[in-house]
Formats: sequence, structure tokens, C-alpha cells
Amino acid sequence: MVDTPAIELRGVARFFGERIALRNISVIVPAGATLAVLGRNGAGKSTLLRVLATLLRQHAGEVSLLGEPLPQRAFAVRGRLGLLAHEPLLYRDLSGRENLRYHARLHGVSAERVEDLLREVGMERRGDEPVRLLSRGMVQRVAVCRAVLHDPEILLLDEARANLDPGASELVEPLLGRASGRTRVITSHDPQAALAEADFALGLRDGRPTFSLPADQVTPEHVRELYA
Amino acid sequence: MPTYGKGLRGLSILTLTTIVVALTLVFFWVPQDASQGFIQKIFYIHVPLAIVSLCGFVFGGILAVMHLRTGDRRYDMRSYVAIHMSLIFGVGGLITGSIWAKASWGHWWVWNEPTLVSFLIVLLMYATYTPFRFSIEDPERQGRYASVFAIVAGAFVPLNFLAVRLAQQYVHPRVLTLTGGNLPGPMRLTFTVSLIGVALLFVTLWKYEMAAKNARIQMRTLRRRLLGDDDLRPPQRSAAPTL
Amino acid sequence: MKTALAILRKDLLLELRTLETLPAMALFSITTFVIFHFGLNRPTVEGQTAAGVLTVTLLFAGILGVNRLFVAEREQGGFDAFLLAPVDRSAMLLAKATALFLFLAVLEVIAVPAFGLLLLGPSLGPPLPSLIAVLALADLGIAVIGTLVSALAVQTRARDVIGPVIGLPLLIPALIATARAIGPLLGSGGPAPLPGKWLLILALYDVVFALVAYAVFDFLLED
Repeated sequence: MVDTPAIELRGVARFFGERIALRNISVIVPAGATLAVLGRNGAGKSTLLRVLATLLRQHAGEVSLLGEPLPQRAFAVRGRLGLLAHEPLLYRDLSGRENLRYHARLHGVSAERVEDLLREVGMERRGDEPVRLLSRGMVQRVAVCRAVLHDPEILLLDEARANLDPGASELVEPLLGRASGRTRVITSHDPQAALAEADFALGLRDGRPTFSLPADQVTPEHVRELYA
Repeated sequence: MPTYGKGLRGLSILTLTTIVVALTLVFFWVPQDASQGFIQKIFYIHVPLAIVSLCGFVFGGILAVMHLRTGDRRYDMRSYVAIHMSLIFGVGGLITGSIWAKASWGHWWVWNEPTLVSFLIVLLMYATYTPFRFSIEDPERQGRYASVFAIVAGAFVPLNFLAVRLAQQYVHPRVLTLTGGNLPGPMRLTFTVSLIGVALLFVTLWKYEMAAKNARIQMRTLRRRLLGDDDLRPPQRSAAPTL
Repeated sequence: MKTALAILRKDLLLELRTLETLPAMALFSITTFVIFHFGLNRPTVEGQTAAGVLTVTLLFAGILGVNRLFVAEREQGGFDAFLLAPVDRSAMLLAKATALFLFLAVLEVIAVPAFGLLLLGPSLGPPLPSLIAVLALADLGIAVIGTLVSALAVQTRARDVIGPVIGLPLLIPALIATARAIGPLLGSGGPAPLPGKWLLILALYDVVFALVAYAVFDFLLED
């Protein structure tokens, strides 16, 4: 089992009607490593993350997470991955604490874990305010708690730091960062920052891979080609 | 490259022949109904239209089950074509029924004829299929949701007939039952031939539309490929009825 | 079961916080009684007319609840969050149908006495137990169909229109049965015995659609 990669994609494709969102994506991420997915808006980054999150099924190719093939065994991995995307996935009219307690119940996690996490991101005092009254940065901190509530083995981060100020970014680092020990797939609008914390990099352009390399072999030309 | 519309010519000829025979029987052979006279002959068109339309809805529901079970979107297209064809037949059945009602009871619409009322409700239900379907943007979801609709509506049809039937306090003496169980011989034969004719018409039209849709999808794929756009989904998967 | 309870709890909490649905449903029903009063130009109604007025009003007020049922899930990522959790998908159907059933029950606790006060000729007391039985069965049907329809409609562009347009014809048999069962209860000469035929139809309707909904609901959630 040690050798089983956390994430393995082989020839994965996903369509929206006849439009191609992803095509021929193959990548292997060993457990504990970080994959940075780079590309312009609409290149297929979010679609790839949604496929990995079991929210979309692929139309061709093979996806396997933690050794379990998707979509057949999706239920086996669902509780073992966390997704943090543009949407916080929180109810605006409930407080952060209520939202997290709801997710804790869905995931079978204790209420203490909710308190621990709120404290860790510095939200324990504002945890009872409705989410709609919180600033974007605070909402994002609660969303971080939501994503790691069940201590997932795989973390899918879609522009996770976009709304966090530097201080908050440091606060969530132990939860989201490399030190968390989780296998991570990250996207970012800032390719340099993403590459800096990644082991592998996948470049996407119009849904197709342009490169799939160890992060330290990605040259500025590679990046320029992506965004040109 | 698959060819579509195989056997359509033979089927069309068979359909045409059956319908001509049926109409000949209706107008020149079968005796007039003693109490209702000539107008009763509309029965040979009205009832088959209604029966075929209801069967078409059920057929669409079964295809929808197949779609959800197999995930093959061609079933979705078949289901879609079956339901909208049934809707057309159903409107025909409703209009002919209304004409019959005017002729025999003096009103275009009678509430105490349960079959007619149930039929109207079923049509109202299925009339929402198309607007519902096309207000979902994502094609995958559209197919899936349309299939769920078709299955739910399919379960609804018999329950609706049951409830409406029970709700009628003064059911008209039914001149003829749907099954034709107590029809005199010539009437039953004429009715059977008409029913087969209308059913064949349904199948033929269904096949024509399927062939047309498939051909159109293939055409578009080929045209795009000619234009050098290879960024296409493999053709066998692009069976969405959205065009 | 635990999942369904968690969702239900969350839904009730949300409604308690926002009060978006229930007050609207209650107000709507009372306004409709006023309109019926003028539309029918009668100070009181009884018998089948009363049954019709009550059924139609409750149905239309219920449709408001149906329309709102999945809006928060769709707009605030509730679907995604639910799908990310390792739980049975049917829990969503169970929770939402229960929530809608509770909303309808609360609506009726307000609307039925208001109806008795404003419009109904005969006294509401004697037929009340039978009325509750009929309405409970009717609510069950509306809750199941409403949940299904709401889940179908919430993903469409024109969901406020599509919901009622699909829901109303689907509910016609249940409404026929409800109105016909209530009619004899509200007669001017005191309540007649409850027509068992209609209760049976309602129960059959509830069971059939509960099974159908259970069978197809998963397909509405996955992507």
C-alpha cells in the first residue's frame, strides 16, 4: 500500500456537451506530495479539481484516489478528501460555528474539533456571527476549517489563499501547507508562488496538458507559454 | 460511419398501406353506429391516437430508465423523441375527442368524461417536459433530469387515470369501451386495423426523427472536422438532442 | 438517518434565522382567503366549495415553500458540500421532504383556523380530527412530490416558473382526492363520515411517489 500513489490520472477527459474541458490528462502524485495545476482562467483547472473531488465524473480515462478507482468507489474516498474552492460552501445566514457543526455531523466529526479549528484560525470570538456579516478573509478562514474538518488525506485547493491577508495566510499554513502532511493539489493565479510550494506541476491550456514535470524543472518559458 | 434510417422505406410503405386500408374500412365498409351516426367514425382515429400517445409516454419512460441505468445518452435522445412525438399524437387525440364530444353531447368539452379529463391532465404534465428540459443548460444534467421527469411522469399516468375516474359521479353510459371488448365484429376489425396503422405511424415518425437527428449530429461533426477543428468530443458520445 | 437529521436541523435553523418561507406561506394563505371572499362574493362557504377553497389555498401557499426548498443548497454550495461528505444521498430527500412536511403542517396550524374564522360557514370543531387526518396524508404527498419537483426545478434557468408548472399537474390526483375527502366534512349539516375511498387514493399516491422519488433522487444530485 505504501507504493500506491495518492492520486493517479490516466488519459482523463471531461466534456461539457461537445466542448472539451479536459483532455488526455495523466499525472501521478505520490502521497504527501503537492501538485500545482497552472493555466489561464478556463483552462480546466477547476474542472480537474472537481473531478478529483468526486463532484464530476470523467468521461474517459481512469482516475484513482488513494488506490480507489473513481467513480465506482467514490464513496470510499469522499470522507478522505477536502475541497477548498472559490465558493466557501457555507450557508450565509448561519454562523461559522453552526456551519461547521453541520459539516461535522455530515462527516461524523466531534464538536470539539470544530472549536479547536476555530481557535486555530483565530475565529473563536466571531464564530457566532452569521457568515454574511463576516469579511471575505474571515469567511475564507471558516471555509479552511470546513475543508480540513475531517482531517482529509487529500486536499484540493483552488485559489485557496486568494482572499486571505498575509497574517491569515500564516494562520492557516499548518492546516493547508506542506507541513500538514496531506497530499495537495493547488491552483493559483500566481504561478511562481504555486511552484514554490509544489513538488510537481501540470500546465493546462484549453483543457490539454502542455507540460507535466517536477516543479523544479519548470522553466519560465513553460510558464510564459501557458499564459501567452 | 453508421448509416441511419435503415429499413425506413419499407416501414413507410407498410405504414401508408395500413393507414389507407384502415381509412377505407372506416369510410366504406364498417356499418354506421345506430345511435350516433356518421360522426361515430371519428372513434377510429381518436381512440388509436390516444392509446398510441399514452403508450408512447410509457415507452419514453422506459427509455429514460434505460438511460439512467446505462448512462448511454442515446437512450435519452430516444426518450426525448418518443415523448415529444407522443405529445403531438396526444394533442391530435384531444382535438378529435373534443370534436366527438361536440357531436354527440353538444359541448366541445365535457368534464364528466373521465378519460378525456385524465388525458388533458396527462398532456398538461408532459407539455412541461420540453420547456423544463431546455431550461437546463448543462447537457449532461439536462439528459439526466429529463429522464427523471419522464420516469416520474410515467408513474403519474396510471394514478391520474385512477383518481379522475373515481372522481366522476355521473359517468356517461359508455358507448364503447377502449378495449373494444363488446364491439361488434366489423367494428372491432376496423378499430384494430386503425390502431395498428396509427401505431405504425408513430414508429415511422419516431424513426424518421431519430435518423434526422443522428444525421444532423454527424453532419455537424464532419463539417467541424473539415474546418480543422479537432477539438471535438468523439461522435458516438454526442447524442444530445440539443442541437 | 443521522445525516437526514443533521440536514433537517440545519434547514429548520436556517428558516428560523431568515424567516424567508413560513411567514410568506401563512400570509399568502390568509390573503387568498380574502380574495376568495370577494371573488366568490359570499360571506361564508361550506361543503365542496369550502373544500375547494381550502385545498387550492393550501396548495398554492405550499408551492411557495416548494420553490424555496433547495435555493440555499444551490446558491450557497450546499449541494457540493453535501456531495463531498461520505453519506447516503437519499438522506437529502428524506430531510427535505420532512422539512417541507413540517412547513406545511405549521402553515395549516395557522391557515386552517384562519379559514374557520374568515370563511367557513359550519363550525370547524366537529370535523377537525378527520380534517387533520386528510391534511396529513395530503401534506405527505405534497412533501414528496414537492421535494422531487423542487430538486428538478432548482437547476433550471426559470426555476420559479418551472417548479409550479411541473408540480401542479403532478399534484392534481392528490388534490382531487383531498378536496373530495374534505368536502363532506365541511357540509352545512355537520360532518359526514370520512370517505375512505379518497384516503386510500391519497395513501396510494403517497406510497407510489415516495418509492419513485427514492429510486430517482440520486440522479438529481450527482454530476
